[in-house]
Amino acid sequence: MTSEHDILIVGAGPAGMAAAMQLAGLGLSPLVIDEQPMPGGQIWRASEGARPDAVRRALGPDYAQGAGRVAEFRNSGVDYLPGTRMWHLEPGFQVFMSRDGAAFSRSCRAVLLATGAQERPVPLPGWTLPGVMTVGAAQILLKTSAQIPDQPVWIAGSGPLPLLYIRQLLAVGGKVAGYLDTTPRGGAGRALPHAAAAWRGRGDLLKGLKWLRELRRAGLRWLRGVGDIRALGEERIEAVCYTTPDGQLHREPASVLLLHEGVVPSIHATLAMNCDHLWSDAQGCFVPQVDAWGMTSVEGLYLAGDGAGIAGAPAAEARGRIAALGIAQWLGHRLPEGAEPAARAALARALASRPVIDALYPPPDDDIADEAVVCRCEELTAGEIRAAARLHRGGPNQVKAYTRCGMGPCQGRQCGYSVNRLLAAEYGKSRAETGFFRIRPPLKPVRLGELAALQEGREAP
Amino acid sequence: MFRQLADSGSPSFLVYIDGSETVARPGDTVAAVLLRTAPGIARHTPVGETPRAPYCMMGVCFDCLATVDGETSVQTCLVEARPGMRIQRQKGKVRITP
Repeated sequence: MTSEHDILIVGAGPAGMAAAMQLAGLGLSPLVIDEQPMPGGQIWRASEGARPDAVRRALGPDYAQGAGRVAEFRNSGVDYLPGTRMWHLEPGFQVFMSRDGAAFSRSCRAVLLATGAQERPVPLPGWTLPGVMTVGAAQILLKTSAQIPDQPVWIAGSGPLPLLYIRQLLAVGGKVAGYLDTTPRGGAGRALPHAAAAWRGRGDLLKGLKWLRELRRAGLRWLRGVGDIRALGEERIEAVCYTTPDGQLHREPASVLLLHEGVVPSIHATLAMNCDHLWSDAQGCFVPQVDAWGMTSVEGLYLAGDGAGIAGAPAAEARGRIAALGIAQWLGHRLPEGAEPAARAALARALASRPVIDALYPPPDDDIADEAVVCRCEELTAGEIRAAARLHRGGPNQVKAYTRCGMGPCQGRQCGYSVNRLLAAEYGKSRAETGFFRIRPPLKPVRLGELAALQEGREAP
Repeated sequence: MFRQLADSGSPSFLVYIDGSETVARPGDTVAAVLLRTAPGIARHTPVGETPRAPYCMMGVCFDCLATVDGETSVQTCLVEARPGMRIQRQKGKVRITP
């Protein structure tokens, strides 16, 4: 592998793979790096792997499609480094990475961030107990290891992913003790203004309705309008508590509690590069601003996939192709006739149902309980963050300095939005105005030995 | 905490968790193996010495940190299990002095 790449793509999910293949089709040779051992991102994670027939059927056709895409990507001849973490990006660009315990850097003219999204942190009392994890994590375990949770399994939260996972879990013979649905009532009313979008995106929405019918037929215990969820236990979760809309408090035995309150873009790299971001009320997160080709406010730095706003895999692929065309054009190449309109039409189709999905599943805005841990790494509670806010009246960075909130290994990925939510409420400011932590390198922890051995331009191992 | 669905045809190999032989299969991440091996945890935290299990499985929570083949604080959800791998659950603060 040569170290001569004009273009570096971070992330080998739907957006990164589509962009790489588009660039290869134009005769350009990008380098693709990815943290995971295999291409596919989270949506198509381990799609190349062998699995029992029942699991393959349960994961369904959208997942099966991933194996084809990954094969195309592997056959495209694009240079690809799995198991590689980017931990610093300098304007210009110099990209610093680590692989197999060794750090190296590469210079390139354009960088495409296709780093996707993460599940929104769900800070409720007891969420750090073993046995509590995200719905996405449980689905990843089904994909990589045909692994299912021990009963009794409770699922709590909102959005399409819990419904999809419950369906998959039931299909492989798993059981769900109950779905604690936190979606605010009145979804149909919220979706009504988006009727035209609903019609254009009816394919996705009909698929969703089919899931709902199947889950009802399967006899799922589905409790709506649930609040005050907490996990109880000493060494691990033993019970889940919640209140129903009639005000009743319930306590039930639990072995596993899976949480999900939607997904948010990965913004650490774009924040560190000082890209412009806007707050999205509809998705409850900051979204990096990009032009029609996916270029951020930093010249030559592009963004595609859910990192540019949550929109799902088909939209990620279309945005990947559009960003690839944008990069090629920016580097002075001519685009083939028809490539751009085709990609834009695919993106419009993929985005059609999104306003309806956003309206049906709004981001949570209820109060975080004082005793809930907010910073999992430094083990700080919402009460401690509120106390620091009252004492010092500072923003997220001041609170970070006073409390160490956000200074642990996850670097604010699990507490950033909770701190933003707490401080906005405490000061009566908007979430946009409250802002996020200042993100500094390294973007991921790096060992001193790796740093000491760093040689610029060194070949990847 | 988790169990693997039976699959007679799938090959398996051994890894060692805190010295105990544990069955793993191709495609397993180390975090997946930890979750199905009692007590299903990866570590006790250095801050409050509280038990933690893998939480996000996609590299953003850092709760699945364990020692793998002598390397400390490895994100085990990003590492595939390999035959003979030695995995140690981390137990609270690292003590430099004995």
